[in-house]
Amino acid sequence: MTSDFQTVLPEVIIAVYAMAALLYGVYTGKDRTASLLLWTTCGLFGLMALWIGAGGDGARSAFGGMFIDDPFARFAKVTILLSAAAVLAMSRDYMQRRDLLRFEYPVLVALATVGMMLMISAGDLMTLYMGLELQSLALYVIASLRRDSVKSTEAGLKYFMLGALSSGLLLYGASLVYGFAGTTLFSGILSTLSGEIPLGLLFGLVFVLSGLAFKISAAPFHMWTPDVYEGAPTPVTAFLATAPKVAAMALFGRVVHDAFGAIPGDWGQVVAALAVASMFLGAVAAIGQRDIKRLMAYSSISHMGFALMGLASGTAGGVQAMLIYMAIYVTMNIGTFAFILSMEKDGRPVTSIDSLNMYSRREPLRALAMLVLMFSLAGVPPTVGFFGKFYVLKAAVDGGMAWLAILGVIASVIGAFYYLRIVFYMYFGKEGDRLDGPMPAAQWVFLVGSAAVMLIGIVNLFGIEAPAAVAAQTLVR
Amino acid sequence: MENLLSIITFLPLVAAAILALFLRGDDGAARRNAKWLALLATSATFLLSLFLLTGFDPADTGFQFVEEYDWILGLQYKMGVDGISVLFVLLTTFLMPITIAACWDVETRVKEYMIAFLVLETLMLGVFCALDLVLFYLFFEAGLIPMFLIIGIWGGKERIYASFKFFLYTFLGSVLMLVAMIAMYLDAGTTDMVQLLQHNFASETLNIAGVQVLGGLQTLLFVAFFASFAVKMPMWPVHTWLPDAHVQAPTAGSVVLAAILLKMGGYGFLRFSLPMFPVAADMLAPLVFWMSAIAIVYTSLVALAQNDMKKLIAYSSVAHMGYVTLGIFAANQQGVDGAIFQMLSHGFISGALFLCVGVIYDRMHTREIDAYGGLVNRMPAYALVFMFFTMANVGLPGTSGFIGEFLTLAGIFQVNTWVAVVATSGVILSAAYALWLYRRVVFGDLIKESLRSITDMTAREKAIFAPLVAMTLLLGIYPSLVTDITGPSVANLVAGYQAALPVTTVAQIALQ
Repeated sequence: MTSDFQTVLPEVIIAVYAMAALLYGVYTGKDRTASLLLWTTCGLFGLMALWIGAGGDGARSAFGGMFIDDPFARFAKVTILLSAAAVLAMSRDYMQRRDLLRFEYPVLVALATVGMMLMISAGDLMTLYMGLELQSLALYVIASLRRDSVKSTEAGLKYFMLGALSSGLLLYGASLVYGFAGTTLFSGILSTLSGEIPLGLLFGLVFVLSGLAFKISAAPFHMWTPDVYEGAPTPVTAFLATAPKVAAMALFGRVVHDAFGAIPGDWGQVVAALAVASMFLGAVAAIGQRDIKRLMAYSSISHMGFALMGLASGTAGGVQAMLIYMAIYVTMNIGTFAFILSMEKDGRPVTSIDSLNMYSRREPLRALAMLVLMFSLAGVPPTVGFFGKFYVLKAAVDGGMAWLAILGVIASVIGAFYYLRIVFYMYFGKEGDRLDGPMPAAQWVFLVGSAAVMLIGIVNLFGIEAPAAVAAQTLVR
Repeated sequence: MENLLSIITFLPLVAAAILALFLRGDDGAARRNAKWLALLATSATFLLSLFLLTGFDPADTGFQFVEEYDWILGLQYKMGVDGISVLFVLLTTFLMPITIAACWDVETRVKEYMIAFLVLETLMLGVFCALDLVLFYLFFEAGLIPMFLIIGIWGGKERIYASFKFFLYTFLGSVLMLVAMIAMYLDAGTTDMVQLLQHNFASETLNIAGVQVLGGLQTLLFVAFFASFAVKMPMWPVHTWLPDAHVQAPTAGSVVLAAILLKMGGYGFLRFSLPMFPVAADMLAPLVFWMSAIAIVYTSLVALAQNDMKKLIAYSSVAHMGYVTLGIFAANQQGVDGAIFQMLSHGFISGALFLCVGVIYDRMHTREIDAYGGLVNRMPAYALVFMFFTMANVGLPGTSGFIGEFLTLAGIFQVNTWVAVVATSGVILSAAYALWLYRRVVFGDLIKESLRSITDMTAREKAIFAPLVAMTLLLGIYPSLVTDITGPSVANLVAGYQAALPVTTVAQIALQ
């Protein structure tokens, strides 16, 4: 029992911290404590990331296999904690000036993060659902953090409705799987998969995958994404676009390999279909967008398609590619959202792309950083974004899915158009209304830092290749 | 000088970084400093690259100056040059200082302009030096970014359309190549190009979804690479981005585009398509021949109808690149030697022609042929230089243009006489459009009011043209300078190509 608690200690610490912080906030200064709580949460996330990152190797499980702590979970957890900390750090100024800095914000982020960590470590359909719901409920609330704004509350409500629907799908699928496999443990499900697979189990699998596809906003389950991204306050959008995506994608990998690893042929086609739909929908639908937050929503749909391409191959190389892709994806998104957070005109946030007209003339360094990030998102060398694409393409060709790789590169060409258009406004546009000049230090650091990572990373990808390989090998046996 | 290639390749990038990080302000002094630093860096690169020439042993057909380090994902950072690539490196380093000097009058965003060209030089050199598939792709593709910005920021009226078309067209071509590269990596287990050159890719007929693919994997890979290089080259019918890009690009951008970037396509054919997929190359060669022949005749006719000088020269470039593809796929000593020669000579000549247009564009701000006439009366020196390069473009004996065309035609004549006949008619057509352009711009009476006060070339402009004239003449009179260096490597390439063909095809060639 004690060793069980040792295994889940990081989650317990963050959960206890979140509750303590909540009480502290309620009984003392309310929103005046928000800034302090935000920084302590950041610090805690950083510490936990260090601890988990450095903490031992090998796989342990707790509570009879319901909770798994293996290199795969650790890789994803470190990515999540670091990206959550980064989003919190860069959002403070924005929240403060919009009078949105409530003490619930860091607390909810902490709770959502606990949920994500649980999801990744899930070894059982029940743990999966608990983690997923803990994460989702916290996210629904922070999506409507700006309670006096119609758009923000609409975003929260939409997110909640569709999220509930997807949870329902997932639960229904889980009940089918349980009914046909006789167990909710992933390892138990895996052991029943031999010989003739009951049709009900496959139905259950498809429902579970559909529910998860909602969470990663893969087409055709993507409808909520643009509206929620647009309506939610920008720091919340930044959060939605990063950590939860990694968690849901890792969970996706966990479910298909840990529970259904014996029948890759059956889910491989589903995942490949999701990947193709997402890549093309994300690429085509973004072309008409004039709002940078909506554009990033479609961009994330497209990127999820590429990450799924890695998974579709069903190999360890594919999982490794997915992990690396997600790590690169969150880094790019943090930089891009740091920039979007700083887009203001007369003190009011603006999100239309036209407002970037000739930005490069006034702020050459920031424009250059955005240029690098945009080319990286488009997957053009010599940026790290290219290597993300290269890994997943290689995994797809290696897994005998060359057709998927070809469709992927075609989608990436279509997608390049709208990233180029942002560059076009910043560099070739006409002089128009100007954005406000100053940019808070934290945002500047994340923008320029992430752009620098995109260029310097091509030397050795900061060594994430080896841990990702180890992580992938524990998942795919 | 163990890392000579890396030093040459990355020196311009270092200069660009210095410019970006340490040069502040946008006043006259800062602009002057930016230009001088860029000129200094490119000149230093050129001088360093001369060591390459002195240390190069033409008799050795392998790669020289090789550097090798491990990289991520089992890839390698591997650089090296052989007789085929070394001269392209020199062409690049030779032309870049000239290009920088040619944009001395630019006054908008000078610092960024210089940075873009310096970064571009690094990427172009990287393409010719890389000996790892993915490293090659990295340089090849990354070159799009600075060129996209050069056209988009400093270009003409339709620059935005042209820059997007340029980027997306070439991007689509090259991503297919990326998939093919991954397939090669998985097939051969390495991305080292030296080993890939030894690897035999399967050429047994494949059956894909009921379609018989003759030549199997080789054909698929060849087609994917062809999509990329044919766009870059550009070959008819995927050349349409080129006239737009050339017309809208600033003068220096056009020079780099025509003189160096187009050569990447030809270099790619020589480095990948011919030696790595010989069976597919041999099978598809007739298609390439006819595409090239059509390109030569069709684009020459289109050039005749142009009223924009840059567009005319752009179409003439497409026609001249047609000779290059003919020579390459003729796959014999004269043909391939001639193709390399033609690419180098076209680098000097087309670069110079774009500079010629730039000289009068800077004065009159129009490229319309009708806006000119009788320039010889006010600009005798210009008339002379323009005459020289017009003749070189036509392929007058004594200039390098003649050698390139003659060798490629001699090469193709041995393989396919009819194609050679059609292609040769292009020589006449090129004389027609080039001389007609020259007559309309330079000869006649100076009747247009706006031209009365036009001035002749300045000392700076003359200094820019001098090395180009010298090289065009030198190569025209003493072509062995080039063929001595390329010869052994080309012989090795051709021998390997012929040996790799199935016995039956070789027998057919022998019978013919």
